[in-house]
Amino acid sequence: MNRGMKYIDDFRDPAAAKALAERIRRDAGDAPVRLMEVCGTHTVAIARGGIRPLLSGAVTMLSGPGCPVCVTPDGYIDAAIALGTERGVLLASFGDMLRVPGKSSSLEQEKGTGLEVRVVYSPLDAVALAAAAPGREVVFLGVGFETTAPAIGGAVRTAAERGVRNFSVLSSVRTIPEAMGVLAADPDVRIEGFLCPAHVSVVIGTDAYRPVARRYGIPCVVAGFEPLDILMGISMLLRQKKEGVARVENEYTRVATAAGNRKAQDLIRDVFVPCDTGWRGIGVIPGSGLRIADRYASFDAEKKFGAPVVFAPERSACRCGDVLKGKILPVDCPLFGKACVPEEPYGPCMVSSEGSCAAYFKYGSGIEV
Amino acid sequence: MCLGVPAKILETGDGTAIVELGGVRREISAMLIDDVSVGEWVIIHAGFAIEKLSEGEAERTLALFREIAESDPSRDI
Ligand code: SF4
Repeated sequence: MNRGMKYIDDFRDPAAAKALAERIRRDAGDAPVRLMEVCGTHTVAIARGGIRPLLSGAVTMLSGPGCPVCVTPDGYIDAAIALGTERGVLLASFGDMLRVPGKSSSLEQEKGTGLEVRVVYSPLDAVALAAAAPGREVVFLGVGFETTAPAIGGAVRTAAERGVRNFSVLSSVRTIPEAMGVLAADPDVRIEGFLCPAHVSVVIGTDAYRPVARRYGIPCVVAGFEPLDILMGISMLLRQKKEGVARVENEYTRVATAAGNRKAQDLIRDVFVPCDTGWRGIGVIPGSGLRIADRYASFDAEKKFGAPVVFAPERSACRCGDVLKGKILPVDCPLFGKACVPEEPYGPCMVSSEGSCAAYFKYGSGIEV
Repeated sequence: MCLGVPAKILETGDGTAIVELGGVRREISAMLIDDVSVGEWVIIHAGFAIEKLSEGEAERTLALFREIAESDPSRDI
């Protein structure tokens, strides 16, 4: 197949994985060390790679809030549905969003009753959709973290430059370090090390975690998504703990740098401004959201249609909030695998392929052994 | 949806590039990276190249992994 294997297969060598696992076991103390993988892509890679059972007893990996679909509150889904059904806009969305439950319905359910939703791969595809249908309003469901923010910003800027006036974004973009700060401060979660997301870090730079490491004394390691990257990242976290230090280290040096991608950061600063935003199951985190800046107000769907997204804490049996905060494992939710399965998800963590509950369901919990 | 994958640049254009992604050619935006050239590797996310991949750094990391694999004490058991 493709020669990309060069950058993938080499990072899966079983002999090195075994050696790293040994090293982690040697460095671990009597009680399992509580580490959190912040990012959903790490959650899936850990589950698929069987890393939990490999390290059981030495390390407990908690899954964090880093799946954008899972933390999008139901008020956002409701606002999107309302734009489609009441204003007749054409919605463009990443595929993962379709089955996420709002208060009473999902985009997919509404699709059956006439709502128009197009699944796109890139936010630029949504601009192209708008350019090809000048009579229609096209709203892109702008969900994601700092990795996706430049792509959404790039779409807004492209629409502005090309005069595509019938394009706008319903922004639910979030920033990771603020959420990590909230979890770091939570005494119930007790995190002893953060495995930081690879591609968020590529954009914001590994230095962005220094306040978290310094303020809370929690080691932070940026790691890639291949099994060896993850094991190495965990090993680096344990070495820091052993030495009694808490700093930011980078395992993913082949792509991530201390300063990050300046062009992407400039684009984010141009198109967005920070705002307070609500996270499903966690609540409002000050300064953790990105809304469309006033200079691009005509591309902000909330302003354009006078349809603000309202955040209200969920009141349902779904324990996603506790899963996203690392307080419980998916298997501890009474609905897991019973009323909540991937074919019929009850909560968002079971919907997204990057959700913790979906990863546990698909690959097994990996906590027996 | 957050997935970012390595891909090789096959052609460059005006703010765009053609990459090979999972065996298919695909046009992506090169808006976020500086002067990329054919043969270089980038990470693609949501239709954008978000950064270049450093071959030298990749080699350094792999060399470290090899060293760890060889120093594994359990290997000669
Ligand atoms: S198993 Fe389902 S209901 Fe329970 S926390 Fe996960 S997504 Fe929510």
